[in-house]
Amino acid sequence: MAIVVKRPKLKWWEQLYIPGIISGMRVTLGHFIKIVSGRKKVTMQYPEEKWDDQLPEHYRGAPALVTDEQDRERCVACQLCEFICPPRAITIKPEEIPGDDKWAKVEKRPKAFDIDMIRCIYCGLCEEVCPEQAIFLRKDYAITGTSREEMVHNKSKLYEIGGVRVGLVNKWNELK
Amino acid sequence: MSEEKSDLIDVQINGEWHSFPKGTRMIEACREAGVEVPHYCYHPKLTSPGNCRMCLVEMGMPPRPRPGDDPPEPDEEGHLPISWIPRPAIACANTIAPNMGIRTESEMTEECRKGVMELLLANHPLDCPICDQAGECSLQEFSVEHGKGESRFREQKVKKPKNVEVGPRIRLDDERCIMCSRCIRFTDEIADDPVLGFTDRGSHTVLAVYPGRELANNYSLNTVDICPVGALTSNDFRFQMRVWFMKETKTIDTNCATGANITVFSREDKIYRITPRQNNDVNSDWMPDSHRLNFHWIESEARLTDPLVKKGGVHEQAGWQEAIATSADKLAGLEGSEIAIIASARMTNEELLMTNRLVKHLKAGHVDTVARNGEADGYLISADRNPNTNGVKLVLGLDNPGSQIEAIKKGIEQGRIKAVIALQENLVDDAGFSAELLAKLDFLFTTYPLANPTADAAHVVLPGAGWAEKSGTMINVTGRLQRLNKVIDGPGQTLEPWEIIRDLIQATGGGNGIYAVTDIFKQLTQEVSEFKDLTWGQIGDLGIPLIETGETIPLLEREKERVAKGLIVG
Repeated sequence: MAIVVKRPKLKWWEQLYIPGIISGMRVTLGHFIKIVSGRKKVTMQYPEEKWDDQLPEHYRGAPALVTDEQDRERCVACQLCEFICPPRAITIKPEEIPGDDKWAKVEKRPKAFDIDMIRCIYCGLCEEVCPEQAIFLRKDYAITGTSREEMVHNKSKLYEIGGVRVGLVNKWNELK
Repeated sequence: MSEEKSDLIDVQINGEWHSFPKGTRMIEACREAGVEVPHYCYHPKLTSPGNCRMCLVEMGMPPRPRPGDDPPEPDEEGHLPISWIPRPAIACANTIAPNMGIRTESEMTEECRKGVMELLLANHPLDCPICDQAGECSLQEFSVEHGKGESRFREQKVKKPKNVEVGPRIRLDDERCIMCSRCIRFTDEIADDPVLGFTDRGSHTVLAVYPGRELANNYSLNTVDICPVGALTSNDFRFQMRVWFMKETKTIDTNCATGANITVFSREDKIYRITPRQNNDVNSDWMPDSHRLNFHWIESEARLTDPLVKKGGVHEQAGWQEAIATSADKLAGLEGSEIAIIASARMTNEELLMTNRLVKHLKAGHVDTVARNGEADGYLISADRNPNTNGVKLVLGLDNPGSQIEAIKKGIEQGRIKAVIALQENLVDDAGFSAELLAKLDFLFTTYPLANPTADAAHVVLPGAGWAEKSGTMINVTGRLQRLNKVIDGPGQTLEPWEIIRDLIQATGGGNGIYAVTDIFKQLTQEVSEFKDLTWGQIGDLGIPLIETGETIPLLEREKERVAKGLIVG
């Protein structure tokens, strides 16, 4: 449905624009004076200083894998994130968990989990699609490297960024 | 089909009248009318125990008047009114009756499906993220279409054995099993190895193998295909790749002359699994495990990737042009009677036609293929382990393939044969040529997918594509013409064998103008009378009968008997 936007009807002095320009210049001049006199700072010394503590909770930085409070890797290599990933940044090689492992009951885990951070567009679809709550977008945004290989986050790097998340669903526990 | 069954009777499905032959199952009638009835236990090739209850539908028959009442009046089209029966009926095991009414979308049918789904899911582990069946699971599909969306079951789910080795190739997860009994019926009725069964009662029922036995017969992996859920999974495919990533290519099996129709699942030029594809004239719905799992060699380290030319006793990598030109030079100086061509009955008709051209062009004195004979297993495996022996007879014109091999060996021994062209065959391992014998040759030319002792001895070694990397047609044991379709690209500089032979003919001075495998097929239709007027598209996915061989496939014969007895739909 098309919405008709009502145009404001301007008075004659508003149509001159001069009062508008003057009030705008007053704001600019105010900031100019504050900055020149050193009463206000609007830039910071990045990267020595960082804005990180100001980032909102929902900030979408680098995707990472997490473990739960029992130190179990939450990812079961279902490959849904690999499927949903628009730029195809994720590559997973699944493997069977050996029978003598503490978590053999889960049966499946990623053998290799690579996210190509050159490709990643930080869309967050992987986090949204994950049925195991194993992948989260963290607040890391400055992902740098000196080669293409360095820009591929492997499994250990992803767990290093992700860390431990507690209080999530525990569907693989003995009582389910 | 008997005469009696060709009688058509009228059935009303969701308000519309259709006609079907007498004896048609309700579920099949609905399918033909374009209405899908969800089901788990029913399989057209197996008996119908009717134990999953998913195919419940509302059914009605004309009212039966009480004594003294007037019989119901038919309408203008001759159909009687239907009085609906207040309880549902299963569509899989019941046959249609004249003037029957079926409702698959009524409130009662929907309620039945919802109820069945709720009970099936009550004890289901819901481990779809790790389950290999996810993506092709009937339980997933039907719970989306007919399920409730959430569970009212608040108690603890029943614990059952998980990850059980029921056989060398199969893993069983009893918690996922929905007791459809398809696998039990398959092993009993088709594979004649009844080792599976249900034990315990009620919600504690589990699928189990007979104590001390295992599900190890050569058709066991078919149970994985027909399992509607992820209870039975293949060890070979387990956790390898999710099904939604894979591309499905329809092609045929080349491990024996039966030429079972298969679907090959691949992703990014890697084959992950092979499943049988229904063709009631070739392999029904099944295929043997030994053939299904024989694809891992395609990934082998020993694959040839580049043309090799022997220089000073050592194979050196060469370009295609150099390799072909070298071969043409060597062959140019020889008499036709000094050349033997050993082709393969694993080659397609198109490749064999090109071979035939090469034979005529070089005036080669000796031509043969290597025979591979095993034992027929009485099910689907043919005694002839070559997929296209009939093609060799028809296209290459050999009456008795394999009979000249000994004569060729003797010819080499006596020095009469100076050059051998071995196409897609490993002479040392498969045809009994010794390395010393091959060393006597002035020139040995070989194409093969894998490095082998024959290639070791050869002067020119070319990487020829394997069955998954080429297209063409083959004629199976019953004389059926079927299409082999390319699934993946070959590694490195691999070429399809017809391309190699074409280039060799061109380099030795014969032009042809063939650019695609379909060009050869066109020439085949002009040159071989049996192929007259055929087109590539006409063969289709299921093939067409081409010649009469008098051979039959035992499993299909038994299936026909069972259809005639009315045990299965077929």
